[in-house]
Amino acid sequence: MEEEKILEQEVLDEDLSVDTDKPLDKNIKLMSPGRMVVRRFLRSKLSIAGLIMLIALFAFCWLGPVFYNEWGETDSDRTGAKDYFTYDVTDEAGNEFVQIVVSGNDINKLADPSSTHFLGTDEAGMDIFARLMYGGRRSLMISFLAVFLTSALGIIMGGLAGYYGGIVDNIIMRICDIFMCLPTLPLMLILGTVLEAIGVRSEYYIYVLMGLLSLFSWTGMARLVRGQILFLREQEYMVAAEAMGFSTPRKIFKHLIPNILPQILVSMTLSLGSMILYESTLSYLNLGVPAPLSSWGTMVEIISKRNDILQNHFNVWGPPGICIFIAVLGFNFIGDGLRDALDPKQRR
Amino acid sequence: MFKYILKRIGISILILLGVSMILYALLRCMPADFIESKIANLAQTGITVSEEFVKEMYRSYGLDGSILQGYFTWLGNVLRLDFGTSFINHRPVLSEIFNADRIGTSFFVAAIATVFEFLIAIPLGVTAATHQYSFRDYLVTVLVLIGISLPSFFFGQMLKNLFANKLGWFPVSGMKDPNINYTNKFMEISDFLKHMFLPILTVVILSIGSRMRMTRTNMLEVLNADYIRTARAKGLKESKVIYKHAFRNTMIPLVTSLAGLIPSLFSGAMITESVFDLTGIGSYALNAMTQGDIPVIMTYNMFLAVLSVIGVLLADLMYAVVDPRVKLA
Repeated sequence: MEEEKILEQEVLDEDLSVDTDKPLDKNIKLMSPGRMVVRRFLRSKLSIAGLIMLIALFAFCWLGPVFYNEWGETDSDRTGAKDYFTYDVTDEAGNEFVQIVVSGNDINKLADPSSTHFLGTDEAGMDIFARLMYGGRRSLMISFLAVFLTSALGIIMGGLAGYYGGIVDNIIMRICDIFMCLPTLPLMLILGTVLEAIGVRSEYYIYVLMGLLSLFSWTGMARLVRGQILFLREQEYMVAAEAMGFSTPRKIFKHLIPNILPQILVSMTLSLGSMILYESTLSYLNLGVPAPLSSWGTMVEIISKRNDILQNHFNVWGPPGICIFIAVLGFNFIGDGLRDALDPKQRR
Repeated sequence: MFKYILKRIGISILILLGVSMILYALLRCMPADFIESKIANLAQTGITVSEEFVKEMYRSYGLDGSILQGYFTWLGNVLRLDFGTSFINHRPVLSEIFNADRIGTSFFVAAIATVFEFLIAIPLGVTAATHQYSFRDYLVTVLVLIGISLPSFFFGQMLKNLFANKLGWFPVSGMKDPNINYTNKFMEISDFLKHMFLPILTVVILSIGSRMRMTRTNMLEVLNADYIRTARAKGLKESKVIYKHAFRNTMIPLVTSLAGLIPSLFSGAMITESVFDLTGIGSYALNAMTQGDIPVIMTYNMFLAVLSVIGVLLADLMYAVVDPRVKLA
């Protein structure tokens, strides 16, 4: 099947009233497969919801600081009231007086939500609403980079294995087998301590770790691409391409890749969600960006140390957790919608 | 069949060797914090630490010599079923991991959670598929996608905060209440179950989604098959079509995935266990990793690798057992 070229026919619901003056084929509207996919995607309420959630989050993180610019990522609010303690003291002579101790800590920490701080402040007096934006930039960026790296590796390795077969295929697939048996989270924790040992600055931990995570997690994508290429290689149109003497790059990039692209896209969208989860879990386990800098996972991490914050200050750890949740849910909705839209068996 | 299994076991052993090499090399790159802090402790108590003593320490923990040398020593010991002793409390690693408190707890949580997961996910998946694009389908899909999207630490802490701290329905953390003197077995068990409720709930909600999606996809595929149309054309009742003809065929991937569950049954949920302070194997390994307890980390990770190799192998075998069309070669 020469995709793209042959336009698939679909009768639109609204065109069912047949105009008898015209010949029959004028009553049928032709749509390219690409347009059909877009139409099916936009028809699904879930994918629209996912799109809206993500656009809102991205706007919040990247445009938010333009409007909410009173507090920076690491600015502490120093307008807090000084703490006063009064003691009744009796000296040796029997005089009673009151001693007042003023503690110099003026950081407005763990403040409740107010008009100056939309979501209050955290334990270091930093504005949570602002940190949410800057942290979101970091979390989302890291996940995107990790997914692109993973996918690139996976596509190259899977493509090599599927196209060349034989010994190349064997070696790559055995590496896949080994990597798939490595438990991810423990591995990341071990690598975290190794990074510490070789003296990587702690600001860069999470970047390096997510890069390493990509080095170990391309196996899923590689298997997907390899399987698809093995299947497509046997198709008639590939035999035709072979017979016409096309060059290898042309066969790969013009005929194979466009046909695998839908599956790759779905898998990338879904793995964006899981990368955000990984990033936040690593941050929760203390491998994220260190304290004054923020990321969503780091902002939740505080509750593993401070039980009082867990119990009394939901405004500190709730919003970042909800942001992580919305981002992952958005990507899952879109991935799900894309998968349905790209499925050629679907007729809707 | 027999030959196939033998071949697969051979490949699995090679895979495990590769995994163990990578793990060992990485572990040896970890800072030897443990021994250094131990020496620092000794020095603080006034004992003069000689160069020889430091070397002896490294030797006794098997950390002298090159990585390659160390790996083969480790491998030789493992082949004699000696997994070493924990650096922290000097007990044999095997008995530390494989006792009722550790792996028992993890298995208990995972097993109960899996049962509930199947009991809830399969009916949901079936109704979602038979009522495709209806309100019910959307609702179920949204709910389970929400489950998949929750970060485990956040959701666990939220449940803990709500049901344990605020409402006080369940104990906050740990395995049993130290203030209760059990007068009978029943009290002991009910207290234990109370402590297990929230962790199990967390695991179930987080894992229900993928199983339900799988059921739904398979069911949809089967419902489009020709023999379902034939069954309907024969005039069979819809319930019979769905439960007798369609559902049985969706069982194939479900049963196969049962074998793939083996790793998750024993590996322990690291984050959930540490959130609720359970003594399971996951939180134990997490502790070992922060303290640099190399024998424990190595054994735990190899255990996970063995489990996943077995899981994959069993899944393939199950596939051939359940589906007569599949032939292993």
